[in-house]
Amino acid sequence: MHPAASVILFTTLSGAGYGLLFWLGLWLLAGRETLPDLALPALAVGFVLVSVGLLASVAHLGRPLRAWRAFSQWRSSWLSREGMIAVISLAILVALAFALVAGAARGRVDVLALALCVAAALTIYCTARIYSSLRPIPAWHNAWVLPGYAVLAAATGAAWLSLLAALVAQAEALRMVALASLALFVLSVVVKVAYWRHVDRHGAGVDAASALALPAGSRVMPFEAPHTEANFLLKEMGFALARKHGRRLRRIVVMLLCLAPLPVLAAAFLQAGGVLAGAIGVLLAMLAVLVERWLFFAQARHVVMTYYDARPS
Amino acid sequence: MTALPPPGNKRLGLVIDLDTCVGCHACAVACKQWNDAGAYGPLNDQDGYGAEPDGAWLNRVHSYDVVTPEGDATTLHFPRSCLHCENAACVTVCPTGASFKRAEDGIVLVNPDTCIGCKLCAWACPYGAREIDPVEKTMKKCTLCVDRIDNPALPAHDRQPACVQACPTRARHFGDLGDPQSAVSKLVAERGGQALAPELGYKPTNRYLPPRKRRQRAGDTGAPARLDDHGFDAQKASPLLRWADRLLSR
Ligand code: SF4
Ligand code: SF4
Repeated sequence: MHPAASVILFTTLSGAGYGLLFWLGLWLLAGRETLPDLALPALAVGFVLVSVGLLASVAHLGRPLRAWRAFSQWRSSWLSREGMIAVISLAILVALAFALVAGAARGRVDVLALALCVAAALTIYCTARIYSSLRPIPAWHNAWVLPGYAVLAAATGAAWLSLLAALVAQAEALRMVALASLALFVLSVVVKVAYWRHVDRHGAGVDAASALALPAGSRVMPFEAPHTEANFLLKEMGFALARKHGRRLRRIVVMLLCLAPLPVLAAAFLQAGGVLAGAIGVLLAMLAVLVERWLFFAQARHVVMTYYDARPS
Repeated sequence: MTALPPPGNKRLGLVIDLDTCVGCHACAVACKQWNDAGAYGPLNDQDGYGAEPDGAWLNRVHSYDVVTPEGDATTLHFPRSCLHCENAACVTVCPTGASFKRAEDGIVLVNPDTCIGCKLCAWACPYGAREIDPVEKTMKKCTLCVDRIDNPALPAHDRQPACVQACPTRARHFGDLGDPQSAVSKLVAERGGQALAPELGYKPTNRYLPPRKRRQRAGDTGAPARLDDHGFDAQKASPLLRWADRLLSR
C-alpha cells in the first residue's frame, strides 16, 4: 500500500495524542493531582497533537470540504465511528480544561477524566479497526494490528506525558509514567516482532488461479498489461520499495523502540537535564512510530496486485 | 446508508465468457465512452496526451499465459470490473453513505455529490473495481450502466450495459443472476460459471465462464499426430521425384 505522508502523520500524531490524553485521564482519576499545573499543559499538547493529526487526515481526502459528511455512517463504518469519537474526545478535553481552570469539584473532574480515558481509548480502537477490518490486505486483517497500534499509542503518549512532567517539575508523576513507558516500549517491541513474524508467514492471501476463477493448480503469468501507464490501483496499492529495505527498517524500529525509554527513565531519576532527556525520549519514540507506520503501509500487499503480478501458485 | 440491504431476489450482474473473450478491449473503451457522458460521469482523464496520462476506467482487460493443471498452455483474456458483490465491504466501510447498494437489484453505486474521496472503499475491494477520478477526486466504479438499463426512452434492446453491446465475440452477458430461469443463470449452470476468489467471502454476483477444453495438439484436430520428415518412400514416388531425391541427396 502507498505510504501516504498524510495518513502516516495522522496515525502517528493522533496515536500519541490520544495516548497522552488516556494517561492524563488515569493520572487525574488516581487522584494524584488536584492542581492543574501538569493537567493543563498536557491537555494543550494533547489537543495540538490530535488536531494536527486530524487535519492531516482531512488533507488526505480528495474533497476535504466535504469531510463533515463522514460523521454520518457510524452504524457500519469504522472510519465514521473514529471521526465521531475523535471529535467527542476533543469536546471532553475542552470541558475538562474548563473544569480545571474553574477549580471545579473533585467529582466533576473525575467524571470528565474518566470520560476522556474512555473516549481516547475508543478512538485508538476505532483507528486500528479501520485497518484490521480490511480483508483484502492480509497484513492488516489480523489480530496483531490492534494491539500493535494500541501499545504504540500508549507508549508514545507516556513519553509525551513524562516530558511534560519534567517540564513542570512533577517528580512523582515523572517516575511513575517513566516506569510505565519502559514497560510499554518493551511490550511494543514484543508485539511488533510478533506482528512481523505473522505477516511474513501468511502470504498473499489469494492465489492467481482463484482470483481468475481457473482450476486450482493452474499456473498463471501476466502476458499483456491491461493499461500502458500506471493507474490509480498501481499508485495506491502497488508500492514495492519496502521489500528492498524492509529488514533494515524493521531493525531500526526495534532499535529506536529499545532506546526511547532510556532517556525517559534518565529524566525521571536524574536530578539535572530532565527536560532535555525527556525531549530526546519523545523524539526517539515518535521517530520509531513514523518508521513503523511507514512500513505498516509500504509492506502491506493488497490482493488486487495478484491480477497484476500473478505468479505461479 | 452504507448498511447493506437484505439480499433481494433480483441480482443484476454480468456473465463473462473467458472462452470467447479475445482481449480486444472493446468493452473497456465502450465503457469509458458511455460513462464519460452518462449520469455518473464524467469519467475524467488527466494529461491525456501528455507524458504521464492518468485516468479512471471502470473496466480493465488483463491478458495472461496460463498452463492448466493438465500441462496445456493457453492464453487467457480477463476483463475485470465491479462484481456487484452481495457482501460488499466497499459499501459498509464508506463513512459518508456515498457508496450504496440498491435494494431493488443489488447494483453497487457511488453518489458523486457526497463522496469525500477517502479511498477507503477502494482499499476494501479485493477486485480493484474502484478508481479515483483524477480531476473530480471522487470514487468511480461500474454502474452496470444504470442510465441505460433504467432508461425507458431507449428501445428494449439498447437497455444493456455498453460493454455487453460492444463485445464483438458476445463474451459478455447481462441479466438477473437471482432468477434461476434467466438466460444468464442457465448459461452459468450449463458452463459451470465461477465466482472470483470466493474464499474472501464477498459473494460476487458476476460470474466467469471458464475456458473450454482446448484442442491442444495437432492430433486432437484430426490431422496426423506428427508429420514425419523421414517418411519419403522412394519406391512409391514418381520417376521425376526419384530423380530429384537422388540429386538432392548427393
Ligand atoms: S467488486 Fe469491489 S467495488 Fe464491486 S461490489 Fe465487490 S467489493 Fe464492491
Ligand atoms: S471514497 Fe467516497 S465512496 Fe469511497 S468510502 Fe470514501 S466517501 Fe465512500
